[in-house]
Amino acid sequence: MCGIAGKYNLYENKKVSIETLKKMITTVRHRGPDGAGVYTDGRIGLAHARLSIIDLSGGTQPMCNEDQTIWITFNGEIFNYIELKNDLLKKGHKFRTKSDTEVIVHLYEDLGADCLTLLNGQFAFAVWDRKKNELFMARDRLGIRPLFYTISGGAFYFASEIKSLFASGEIAREMEPSALDEIFTFWHTVTPKTAFKDIYEVPPGYCLTVKKGVLTKRQYWDLDFTNKSPVLDFEQSMEALRELLIDSTRLRLRADVPVGAYLSGGLDSSVITALIKNFTDTSLKTFSVAFEDKNYDESTFQKEMANALGTEHHEIQCTYGDIGENFPEAIWHIEKPILRTAPVPLFLLSALVSKSGFKVVLTGEGADELLGGYDIFKETKIREFCARQPTSTSRPQLLQKLYPYLPAFQKQSRAYREAFFNKNLTDLSDALFSHRPRWKTTSRNKVFFSDDLKASLNSSSIEDEFKMTLPEGFATWKSFARAQYIETKNLLPGYILSSQGDRVSMAHSLEGRFPFLDHRVVEFCAALPLHYKMKGLNEKYLLKESMKKFVPERIAKRTKQPYLSPDSKSFFRGGKAVDYVAEVLSESCIANFGYFNPASVRHLFNKCRKGGAIGFRDNMAFVGILSTQLLHKEFIEKFEATSLMDTDIKIVK
Amino acid sequence: MREKVRNFIFENFLFGGTDAELKDDDSFLEQGIIDSTGMLELVAFIDENFGITVEDEELVPENLDSINVLVEFISRKKTLL
Repeated sequence: MCGIAGKYNLYENKKVSIETLKKMITTVRHRGPDGAGVYTDGRIGLAHARLSIIDLSGGTQPMCNEDQTIWITFNGEIFNYIELKNDLLKKGHKFRTKSDTEVIVHLYEDLGADCLTLLNGQFAFAVWDRKKNELFMARDRLGIRPLFYTISGGAFYFASEIKSLFASGEIAREMEPSALDEIFTFWHTVTPKTAFKDIYEVPPGYCLTVKKGVLTKRQYWDLDFTNKSPVLDFEQSMEALRELLIDSTRLRLRADVPVGAYLSGGLDSSVITALIKNFTDTSLKTFSVAFEDKNYDESTFQKEMANALGTEHHEIQCTYGDIGENFPEAIWHIEKPILRTAPVPLFLLSALVSKSGFKVVLTGEGADELLGGYDIFKETKIREFCARQPTSTSRPQLLQKLYPYLPAFQKQSRAYREAFFNKNLTDLSDALFSHRPRWKTTSRNKVFFSDDLKASLNSSSIEDEFKMTLPEGFATWKSFARAQYIETKNLLPGYILSSQGDRVSMAHSLEGRFPFLDHRVVEFCAALPLHYKMKGLNEKYLLKESMKKFVPERIAKRTKQPYLSPDSKSFFRGGKAVDYVAEVLSESCIANFGYFNPASVRHLFNKCRKGGAIGFRDNMAFVGILSTQLLHKEFIEKFEATSLMDTDIKIVK
Repeated sequence: MREKVRNFIFENFLFGGTDAELKDDDSFLEQGIIDSTGMLELVAFIDENFGITVEDEELVPENLDSINVLVEFISRKKTLL
């Protein structure tokens, strides 16, 4: 993978300064330690930091076409580049390199923005078209790779990470209050918003054009659950899914460097690893995180899978202290408040994988969203059943099946579990039915917002605003499909692929690849009948059935355990807070930064210190408040851009 | 005893807040103040501070869902000890 950045003076014929571009790209050298380049052409400048994966010697960027009228800076991989290149060669295009980047340049020459529909990959790129005087940018369909932009002082800036924009020294740094409102409700910001004021991201599945000072956004792809094609029977679907996954995995092994795989111990990563082993010749190294806290540890399953496949397996041991110590640096990479510490062990894992000589790793993200793996889908099904038949006596038993991995939840009485789920949340005509309980629980944590923050928030409901982001006809879809759409379009890019994915793996120059997120797999799964995905309460049923020959029974039959790591416990040692935690959560710091109420935070802090925070809500509040404070400290209070690795930046033109 | 219960609820579930935010007869569930795991914290509090064990069948809103019913429940159990 790589890092990109650029600046475009919109109104004046001012030249873009090379120094500015250098500052921007240096800040994301972790994304591309192998080389860097800048290109300027009057009022436009493009910059690139390279992580060499395909065509190690030839693929320098920014890169151009034969007559230098099209220039690209590209972060990503186009997995079907070989097939696309063959077609382009037949049409008479000439290639200078063996890279996938050059394929986009020539495709764009021929098709312009329409080239996007042909790309099978994960990408964020910017193309400068000298003939049309137009800047064209695009982001992949699911939001695997990041792309941020802003307009300031008559110039348009873009970059892979927000820190790049700030590193230019020309952008104001301020938190966006409504973003906090969104994160403390939805767990993520609603695209195109970010945590920072006036900083935006290109939404997944969108492209953006800047021409004559005007910005135009266009959606080129959306997740579609309105299936009109004939339905395959179950047997055929199993075969089709397997074939698609084999091909998707095969394509994602294309690299001139070694490729590894993550094993979480769960079904999805086990499936990917089994596919690599059984259908390719790649010798397999696998990597996992093991936790000191046995409530979160899945290492027996990870090792079982590694043994079953005969992989060379490596694991890191993650202690509470590891999480606490590395949290601030992880926030520097993540660039937004988070409500869980789960990204941090993955931050540490990517360091191990990178040190072991790998630049690419395959992982199982996406299966839960597409094939109905998450508990929220079961919840939705159960709640819907309860709402339709309120006098049913099988209700209590169903509710007990939820969250079997949480002992605290199991111990509660039936009355409380029922009350929690049924409370005012039985409106089946509500388009957002599936997500209300999560949002309601999380929103309780706004009790910690300062009066100032509360006052600055719009009084209109952000949940109603969220409805505006949904496609036409959404309310007519089945509730299960609606839940899947909301998760896949929001939590997946807004948290899983970013905070837990790209940001923490690229922090250590490691590129993640996701076979389940091949757009053909995505489209195939979206068209499946819902009962292929969840049979009764058996989640990811089709996947389990189609892959059961390749995955040990114990793993295939495992109850769903979402990936979690110890939260508030990670920040206290022997009843005392880790140093920086005590400082940023102190009453003076809380009051100074102004987002939260010092007295409320003090109560929460004491509760966590005494080990009394056993529920999701308190832990989310703690991690959310801590990460917001750190974000302010690292980006707003002062901002120290990296100044290393700026001596090997090539002036390409 | 009522003061102790009130303080616990305010500190642990309202994280401060003014008296007006929760009246003695307000339902915790309806107000969304105490969620399902919060109930377990409450049970631990009752055990540690009043020496009362809450049996499984007593884990119902009728006994625990407001400051008033909590106080009544604790008083009742204490007289039986």
